Amino acid sequence: MRFFEYEAREIVKRAGIPVTDFGFTTDAEQAGEIARRIGGATVIKSQVLSGGRMKAGGVKFADTPAQAQEHAREILALEINGHMPRGVLVDPRAEVEQEYYAGVVWDGTRKQPVIIFSPVGGIDIEQVATEQPERVGRRHFSNILPFSEYIAKEVIADSGVSGPALTRLVPIVTRLARLFVEYDMTLAEINPLGRLADGSFVALDAHMDMENEARGRHARLLSELGVGEEETRQAREATPFELAGEQIDSSDHRGVAGNVTEFDGNLGLVIGAGGGSLTLFDAVRAHGGRPANYCEIGGNPSVAKACGLAKLVLGKPGVDKIAVMMSIVSNTRVDIVARGVIKACLELGMDPAEKIAIFRIPGAWEEEGFKILERYGVEYADRSVSLNEAARRAVEKIQGPGAPAGTATGGAGD
Amino acid sequence: MSILIDADTTFIVQGITGREAVNLTRECLDYGAGAKVVAGVTPGRLGREVHGVPVFDTVAQALAHHGSRIEGSVVTVPPAFTRDAVFEAIENGIRLIVIVTERIPRRDVAAMVELASLRGARIIGPNCLGIIVPDVIKMGGIGGPARNAAQAYTPGPIGVISRSGGMTTEMSSTLSAAGLGQSTAVSIGGDAIIGSTYAELMPLFAADEQTEGIVIYTEPGGRMEAELARWTSEQSASGARSLPIVAFMAGRFMDEMPGMSFGHAGTIVEGREDTASEKITRLADAGIAVAERIEDIPDMIRAKIAEHTR
Repeated sequence: MRFFEYEAREIVKRAGIPVTDFGFTTDAEQAGEIARRIGGATVIKSQVLSGGRMKAGGVKFADTPAQAQEHAREILALEINGHMPRGVLVDPRAEVEQEYYAGVVWDGTRKQPVIIFSPVGGIDIEQVATEQPERVGRRHFSNILPFSEYIAKEVIADSGVSGPALTRLVPIVTRLARLFVEYDMTLAEINPLGRLADGSFVALDAHMDMENEARGRHARLLSELGVGEEETRQAREATPFELAGEQIDSSDHRGVAGNVTEFDGNLGLVIGAGGGSLTLFDAVRAHGGRPANYCEIGGNPSVAKACGLAKLVLGKPGVDKIAVMMSIVSNTRVDIVARGVIKACLELGMDPAEKIAIFRIPGAWEEEGFKILERYGVEYADRSVSLNEAARRAVEKIQGPGAPAGTATGGAGD
Repeated sequence: MSILIDADTTFIVQGITGREAVNLTRECLDYGAGAKVVAGVTPGRLGREVHGVPVFDTVAQALAHHGSRIEGSVVTVPPAFTRDAVFEAIENGIRLIVIVTERIPRRDVAAMVELASLRGARIIGPNCLGIIVPDVIKMGGIGGPARNAAQAYTPGPIGVISRSGGMTTEMSSTLSAAGLGQSTAVSIGGDAIIGSTYAELMPLFAADEQTEGIVIYTEPGGRMEAELARWTSEQSASGARSLPIVAFMAGRFMDEMPGMSFGHAGTIVEGREDTASEKITRLADAGIAVAERIEDIPDMIRAKIAEHTR
């Protein structure tokens, strides 16, 4: 879960890393007051979870509080890449002598966190790594041993930094590494990290990303920052259809069914499990099908949950039929899913044989499941029919034979 | 032969009294020659039994009861307790740990993996279904109840490695139907950091005489395929025994929607190297065939093996 800049800076500040005397507000007038308190020149920055703020006009410089207020008013009304800002950050314009970069990320291959440090900051670190590799230090560190300051010293020294700057940077990088670990971050980055005229350092911007799986153990931090439990902070906001899906999924704790992602096609998908869903979604599109949604069922959901999901998808405007398909199941029961999707059709006054384009879920309790499907005249397939072939049949039923391939549609959010 | 486990492998189940663990224990006992599940551990449940397997409070008690080394553990405890359970297993001398639990934060996974590597232990998972040697033994929920597992898996020359548990079975079933059995199938888990990657399992398969070819299932996200491609290239350059590989890549549609999360936790596309198309190119460059459809895999791996042994 990504943090807004004002939140990321607050996290940095709590970790004991010096930050500027910034202020956050959702109100233009208050932005003026913050600028007055700061005194002197300020920067007004849009608080959006999107790149390209500067280009879009989301960052403006002010010399007076009145100017700050005016800029804040404009920025608060400015949509950037489809996102309205959460508010604005008012920041004193610091006199910076040099900009540095400090970041910590996971290295999945080494399976350890890695600190990246460079005396060339303020720009994209990947660009620095390509153009001036000798000025980028990298250092992995242990997840078992407590973090020791010499590791920070090594990575800073590796980037060619020495003298008083090195000794002043060691505690900052150490604190950044420790906060990365302590708060289960997947990214903790200060860029730029500014060196002021007196030789001290201050974080001028920060990016923080917390692992979703770990949110539960940082409830206190999140509540103090005002991050709501419902905030997913995905690349786009959840649609009403997706929120309805979440509700179905949380209706009981048995299995997973309902975590849908909305697309704008006509073929509803009740698919699973994780890898099977990815495979099936690709297959539907490869055959020219237009999916109405993505989802992943698994872990043996109840009849009610499978029914709820099927009803949601069948009720989506533009959906003509649903395809019920999974890779071979061993935990989820075929008969339970079959009963769920048939119940959904009947409750909506629809004919299962007409509405269910195909049912391809082989595995545990398949004989029982197939018997039920047969009774309602639903076309079903066992494991001898591949995921790809099942997807093809579903697409053919909805679009007629010989549908052109490659007429895939994008997501609802793009 | 097989990799990682065989008919004699002894293991325990940590968290054995949980609903899923009870089923998993039954499945392992029933499958093949019957797994040697020598004990279970759930704190506070000393003295109980699960399908005849004695339950203890600690791994140390389980060891004392068994009287000799225990080779493996299947860990099925909730995410908040997994790190501790795995540390307990490793520090009690267990050297093969299958972590079934999902949604474990990376910090905990990395700590477990690091301790395992210090102690010479191996972790499979987390968020995986385990290991199966067809008709011999299974360690974990892979393939489901013995009857279902027997329907999908057959013994033979193909090693299977998959980031998706369900797709391990789907692919193996397709191979079996085409007359290609499996030497060992390993569900390695779908998370961003896992105990054993493709490249880390390849040397074991390469050393196994029964295995003639490898089939992998992969997804966007992570650098695991780049690592496999590198291993394969280095192996063929050095002249050491390598194995022909066929890969299946799911989630190609994700390339069009960066930042969205589908499938497993590891599939959040974070950089260019992570995308499906980038990975396909990388794998192909290393001589790994990439299948468009699951049903194409048997013919492709057959052709690869024939080409390899010529």
